[in-house]
Amino acid sequence: MPQQINADIRAFVVDNFLFGDESEAPADDASLIESDIVDSTGILEMVSFLEEHFLVEVADPEIVPENFDTIARLTAFVAGKRNAKAAAGT
Amino acid sequence: MCGIAGYHGAGLHPQEADALLKAMSCAIAHRGPDEAGIHVGEQVGLAHRRLAIVGLADGQQPMATADGRLRITFNGEIFNYIELRQELESRGHRFRTKSDTEVILHLYSELGPDCLGKLNGDFAFAIHDAHHARLFLARDRMGVRPLYHTWHRGRFHFASEIKALLTVPGVEARLDLLALDQIFTLWAPIPPRTAFEGICELPPAHWMIVENGAAHVQRYWDLNFSEIDHARPQDQLEEETRSLLEDATRIRLRADVQVGTYLSGGLDSSIIAALAKRMAPAGLSSFGVTFSNAAFDESGFQNEMVDALGTVHHTVDCDTDEIASVFPQVIRHAELPILRTGPAPLYRLSSLVRSKGIKAVLSGEGADEVFAGYDIFREARIRRFCARQPGSQLRPHLFRRIYPYLANLKRQTPDYLAAYFGITTDHLDDPLYSHRPRLRSTAGTKLFFSKALRKELSDYSAADELAATLPDAFRGWHPLHQAQYLETRFLLPGYILSSQGDRMAMAHGIETRFPFLDHRLVEQAARVPANTKLKGLREKHLLREAMRSTIPERIAERPKQPYRAPEADAFTANARDYVETAFQRTALEETGIFDVEKSTRLYKKSRLSNFTGFRDNAAFVGILSTQLWSQQFARQFRRTDETLAVRV
Repeated sequence: MPQQINADIRAFVVDNFLFGDESEAPADDASLIESDIVDSTGILEMVSFLEEHFLVEVADPEIVPENFDTIARLTAFVAGKRNAKAAAGT
Repeated sequence: MCGIAGYHGAGLHPQEADALLKAMSCAIAHRGPDEAGIHVGEQVGLAHRRLAIVGLADGQQPMATADGRLRITFNGEIFNYIELRQELESRGHRFRTKSDTEVILHLYSELGPDCLGKLNGDFAFAIHDAHHARLFLARDRMGVRPLYHTWHRGRFHFASEIKALLTVPGVEARLDLLALDQIFTLWAPIPPRTAFEGICELPPAHWMIVENGAAHVQRYWDLNFSEIDHARPQDQLEEETRSLLEDATRIRLRADVQVGTYLSGGLDSSIIAALAKRMAPAGLSSFGVTFSNAAFDESGFQNEMVDALGTVHHTVDCDTDEIASVFPQVIRHAELPILRTGPAPLYRLSSLVRSKGIKAVLSGEGADEVFAGYDIFREARIRRFCARQPGSQLRPHLFRRIYPYLANLKRQTPDYLAAYFGITTDHLDDPLYSHRPRLRSTAGTKLFFSKALRKELSDYSAADELAATLPDAFRGWHPLHQAQYLETRFLLPGYILSSQGDRMAMAHGIETRFPFLDHRLVEQAARVPANTKLKGLREKHLLREAMRSTIPERIAERPKQPYRAPEADAFTANARDYVETAFQRTALEETGIFDVEKSTRLYKKSRLSNFTGFRDNAAFVGILSTQLWSQQFARQFRRTDETLAVRV
């Protein structure tokens, strides 16, 4: 599951922020802000993508670098959200 | 006012010279619709297009001294020409005209290049000295009036606009790739570079002598923040500011035609309009842009000022369609790629002014640079405040306070606000510290450069080049003064006064005058302590206090609203053939400047997405304007890996 989440997020980053340029794709642990890949609008694009693609809800206080600044953190954040959702459903 | 052009050097038959000067003159006919004149002399040619504002009956140019030794072609106004003329007459000079042009000739004959220190005005001129076979060129301190030049076949050519230089046989329009990198980082080329390879501008506050086939360029003035006067009480500073601004406005109302004023509803133009109204008892026409989009519109404040002053107010509405409809003409006149659409409404505004029979207008431009009004100054202060406590969860909230109009910041957490503004990554002793976030986000647009272009540019850094041009004293200045210097020395002449200023106004033969850029006021404000200009986060504190009694309280206390216009959505709201053409694969491949795949994806995203951030907006306008620039100026020049040639 995390591999698929990771692949989907990576594909979104490449497609939406890098306009298809795989050669510019960041490493899993590279800062998206310090790499100048996302700006303040980009973060909201990411929130919108996570909510629509993974069907998770993102609260404003969760929009922090600890959750959003790398592809690895985004993957863990979504996986955690999904696990919590699954646990709540069982 | 006016347009100038000419050459210096041998090799032209009189008929060729005549034809060349006429062609150069025709290319800038919009700058001077009232009269045209040329002079062909020994190894020199001067051309002039006249917008007659001072000395209507006898100010024809090129103008010579009585002995015929000196001959001038001059664009601009010398606002203190009456006082200078009186001084010259008291020393025995005799005048044949009532024009300010003749004052320059007399002053130059007496002082040579030192005459520039006496001139209070906006000017670009060339004086030919027949005795020494020498051409002297000069440009005003702030860069209000333009002046470009190029060498071709050993001959020197100059003009108010580059399109006149392109009429010189053999001079080609080729995109300067380093200039493009600079525009996509700094919004404008670093002088003397222009968007055209091999064509330079004479930088503001410089003069140039051309003789014996060589040129010598020298700076004669610079903004200096080294002599801060901490002893002067604030009430004295206010009085001095008020007095200088009143006089700057008074002498800028000198004209033999009616002078109007721009009125946006903001603090700066309101102050100028109020002063001008008081000094023009016969009445004052004011002109403003309105937007149908409330996010950009200031018509409520405009109307409040009009009611308070009783000006005859005219407005032009700029919705997205209007911006798109004039954008190709905007690029034709701006003569360089741009990343913002801001010039387009001003192009329409000058057209409105012309339609009302007005030739000259006052503008409040320059106050933000001189009195510290831009958001970037406050932003830099907050960034330094946050950097002292990098983990603070409270301090980054201040960013929201200075950018209430940026909806995207409202949802951001303090950690992200700190990250966007480089709190932990930017070095406090970086000379470009104040501008780093803007430079970073702007340079993000270079993602769309083609692989070939990126390879050619390699590790070139426009920001490093900018930093290398700063004066030695810069590092010792207060951080606010460093930021003011960067804005005033580079962005003001490179973008505000040119792409948004002279070029948009002169497209319709309108002269714009800037009281806030009177050098006496600029020099006085540079001596004022930083905290008196930007008090806490209160921008233009000194100016507000000095002019409080001049304008309504609600205007005096208005927070700064930056001048903005619709960006990418101006071109995607309704389909436009030229926009679609610019983003077509074939067109992108033909110019070779941008990555075809990424650019077409950006076009698609801009049409379909709800999210268009700063970088994507700037990239969209930058790609479109570069494509238009290429079509209009350099269509025949096709770039490939082989033809890319950057001179780093």
